[in-house]
Amino acid sequence: MPNKILILFAHPLFEKSNVNDVLVNHIPDSPNITFHDLYQEYPEFDVDMQREQELLLLHDIIIWHHPMYWYSCPPLLKQWIDIVLEHGWAYGKEGTALKGKLLLQTITTGGRKENYCSTGRDRFTIQQLLEPFNQTAKVCNLTYLPPFVVHGTHSMTTEGYIENGKLYRQILEYLENKTITPEDLSGYQYFNDWFKTKLG
Amino acid sequence: METGLFFESIIYLAAAVICVPIAKKLGLSSILGYLFAGILIGPFVLGLIGQQGEDIMHFAEFGVVMMLFLIGLELDPYKFWRMRRFIVGMGSLQVLGTTIILFLACLLVLKWEWEATLTIALALTLSSTAIVLQTLKEKGLSQTSMGRSAFAVLLFQDIAVIPILAILPLLADGDIQNKGINESLISDLQGWLQTLIVIGTIALIYFAGRFIIVPLLHVVAATRLQELFTGAALLLVLLVSYIMQMVGLSPALGAFMAGVVLANSEFRHELEGDIAPFKGLLLGLFFIGVGASINFSLIMVDPVFIIVFCTLFNVIKFLVLLGIGKIYKKSSDQNLLFGFALSQGGEFGFVILGFATQLNLMPTYLASQMMAIIALSMIGTPILLFINEKWIDPYFGVKEKDSNKYDDIEDDNNDVIIAGFGNFGSTIGRLLKTNGIPATVLDMDSDRVDSLRKMGFKVYYGDASRLELLQAAGCENAKLFIAAIDNPTVNLIVVEMIRKHFPHLKILARARNRSNAFELVDMGINQFYRENLYSAVHLGVDALVELGHRRYTATRQGQRFIKYDEQAVLRLSQKRHDKKAFLMTAKEEIEMQEQLLKNDLYAQLGANDHAWESEDLRKENLENSNGDKK
Repeated sequence: MPNKILILFAHPLFEKSNVNDVLVNHIPDSPNITFHDLYQEYPEFDVDMQREQELLLLHDIIIWHHPMYWYSCPPLLKQWIDIVLEHGWAYGKEGTALKGKLLLQTITTGGRKENYCSTGRDRFTIQQLLEPFNQTAKVCNLTYLPPFVVHGTHSMTTEGYIENGKLYRQILEYLENKTITPEDLSGYQYFNDWFKTKLG
Repeated sequence: METGLFFESIIYLAAAVICVPIAKKLGLSSILGYLFAGILIGPFVLGLIGQQGEDIMHFAEFGVVMMLFLIGLELDPYKFWRMRRFIVGMGSLQVLGTTIILFLACLLVLKWEWEATLTIALALTLSSTAIVLQTLKEKGLSQTSMGRSAFAVLLFQDIAVIPILAILPLLADGDIQNKGINESLISDLQGWLQTLIVIGTIALIYFAGRFIIVPLLHVVAATRLQELFTGAALLLVLLVSYIMQMVGLSPALGAFMAGVVLANSEFRHELEGDIAPFKGLLLGLFFIGVGASINFSLIMVDPVFIIVFCTLFNVIKFLVLLGIGKIYKKSSDQNLLFGFALSQGGEFGFVILGFATQLNLMPTYLASQMMAIIALSMIGTPILLFINEKWIDPYFGVKEKDSNKYDDIEDDNNDVIIAGFGNFGSTIGRLLKTNGIPATVLDMDSDRVDSLRKMGFKVYYGDASRLELLQAAGCENAKLFIAAIDNPTVNLIVVEMIRKHFPHLKILARARNRSNAFELVDMGINQFYRENLYSAVHLGVDALVELGHRRYTATRQGQRFIKYDEQAVLRLSQKRHDKKAFLMTAKEEIEMQEQLLKNDLYAQLGANDHAWESEDLRKENLENSNGDKK
């Protein structure tokens, strides 16, 4: 049976993001993939908890798709996390609603990949910077996968966008149709790197 | 008996009402329907009306005048000026070319006197403004390059009628029985004085339009009487035509000029809406008149000559037009259409022939034959166009998208139309404008329209519940319609019109109050905006803040309240139907208010989520630590 994928997309200025335009356009048109544009749905930050929880329950793989802003996510995704991942539902003694689901982050950064290390401009690796998300997932009984990251979008050409768009499509198709064994990915910093081994 | 007019009206209208829908059903143009209606009731088939077809036509020619007035309204002076190359260039080529070729052909083949031949050539050169423009409009071709060329040629012909009528007496040899047709107040004056008066009249119309008519229309508009405005519009057209006739110019030309002068005024669309129904009806009458006036007994005397001559003169005109189209580099399908559309004779041909008979330029019998030929060719045009569309054009299929060259006549349709520009609508307009989105605005307050136009808004004066105005405002091509009229009843009517005639248009509607919103829901509108809900909730939120609530918490409560209240309206609007109460009485309104308040008490408005609350967490921690102790 195919996996149901929920893409929670958060970008406050989507219309001006070239890379995300291409990425979103490459999302396969499948009944198993739900694209949920948070800034379009909740322009006034009034996230509807009940509706969001129902959506989560309908899917097996959750994707937080957003640009990296100040080493974190855009505020509406944080608002979503605050409101939807409720105590007693997502976490806590009785909070087991999300148990067994996978969580993947799709991240875009303007800066290059080599900046993200202890000697680089950003001083920390992506994995280190995303620890809060990783930990949130853990608390909510979600299995956190290494992130799919598109680095260096500020200096990227259109061909680069499209290349990444195609890769995103392949990844989503893989996630939809194949069974993921999380342990396989444990040694990888990036989902990108693991997926390369799958492409052969 | 005095029932003559009454009875005649019934016959005309009945013939039209029966024949036109049949023509439409058969996929033919409405003009053919009218023409056949005329033939049917005319003296040679049913004989319901006698020879007075021509009298009717005289009256119905007024439809042509109104049509030109409307065309003038569509062209402001600037656009008109930019068309001058086409009017003069194509127009003169067509008139001169056709006249010369027809003249030479007739002179060589037929043994008429050269004066008569020239008169006939001139009469046949002119095409029928009524048939061509009405056909183009019906087929939606007015704004194509071909449509504009046709219009340019027709306009030149309308102007050319004046010198032609002036030349005819010179052709006649002495004994002129000049009566009627070209008689005007100034025809006895000297030539230079006549010219001066004509130019003076044109100037007068221009300045009167600018400085007298527009202010007068303001006064009329201020009375807010729809029928008075219609009356004023009719008076305007009649007056201009009369003045033009007095100085010996074509009334159609005068009406056209008056239209051009008023094209820039804020009343443009309202005038269009008022005149259009009269124009349509009178044009219909005109076509019926043409059909009824065809003298079949005359045709039957020498049918071969009539038919051959009619065909040949159509072919010559057609070929000349094709040549002109080639010179102006038209694509082949546009050119074919151009040629077929203008290949007939026209109403001015009747005038010229009539005048020529009075001048003894040709025998009456010949003139009657020619008139029959012109009428036949007028019937032929819609048929030719039909044939072209079905069988010829597909083989020359260079279908051009009509987005070429001088296309910007009337391309100023906006995506958004706002009806009602009071406090509510103008706020919307300003918001759109600051985001670089132009909107077409319809408003009933002529003073406001004026001042907003000065500020650069595209605002039109008019009653937005009129279909004509909605069409003129570009509802066919718009994407979004914002119904923001102050009066909720009018607003509802407008919404209903849009739903009915422009189902593709997305509607965002202002609602006065809850019961107004119910009515919108009944019409299938689910994007309604109760004008006081949002500001009231805003105020309520501030009240909560004043009473010590934190601003963000109060704001969230406000958001929830709006959502809840909107859902309540949808729910209650269905309930209302269960009770079969279509009209809300004041008492029911109060009952509903009570019901809402009662529901509010039960609604879990306060907590649909528990974001940022830590009570549960603390409790669980406590339980855990207690557990540890045990």
